[in-house]
Amino acid sequence: MARLRLLGPAREAAGVAEVELEGEDVAAVLDGARARFGPGFAELLGRSAIWLNGSPATAGQPVGAGDELAVLPPVSGG
Amino acid sequence: MPDAVGPAGRDWVLVGDGPLPAAEAMAWAVLPSCGAIVTFCGTARDHSDGRQGITALRYECYEEHTARRLAEVAARARQRWPVLGRLALLHRLGRLELCETSVVVVASAPHRAEAFEAARWCIDTIKATVPIWKLEEWDGGSAWASCAHDLLEVSDVDA
Repeated sequence: MARLRLLGPAREAAGVAEVELEGEDVAAVLDGARARFGPGFAELLGRSAIWLNGSPATAGQPVGAGDELAVLPPVSGG
Repeated sequence: MPDAVGPAGRDWVLVGDGPLPAAEAMAWAVLPSCGAIVTFCGTARDHSDGRQGITALRYECYEEHTARRLAEVAARARQRWPVLGRLALLHRLGRLELCETSVVVVASAPHRAEAFEAARWCIDTIKATVPIWKLEEWDGGSAWASCAHDLLEVSDVDA
């Protein structure tokens, strides 16, 4: 279980800004997000950076209550 | 010291909703040891790749991590150009009309070469590493900017 933050275009693709999802590691939470939000979101997810608590995440990293996973699509600041 | 006249330290990092204090940052960057100040301002433009007639921009960010990322860019710039005097990295959020300023970089240094190089590196690195997204609006529609870059870590960005 972790909180998943969906930023910018990912928020729009998912229709929500954040959601609590089941899963023991990063990959499992992202699998849950793909299943929940559908192919358009999954395509964007494939092009996005994933952070865990503000740092780049790897698929096997464990997550638990209180952890924040974030989907960061390609950025366009400046 | 309040943000409107610049912080007491050597770096000024700001992420905010209102107009950016570009002139204040330029004045703040003046130091007796620095003979060069380079200022870059990014402003809201009416077109982008394949898109004409843009009327406004809307910026949003990952709020908890945006100022921290800007500070990381500043710290890395100081490692690369230790002679830097003051460095201001300011980014606006929310809705901007055309010609309004979305981002400001001000770098002061003893000589112009370092000031130009550091300011250029800072704006390029901000665009690559800071979690900010731009929505382009036009009459009757809007879409996320198509000129987006994969988000990098500051440590991944080289010369």
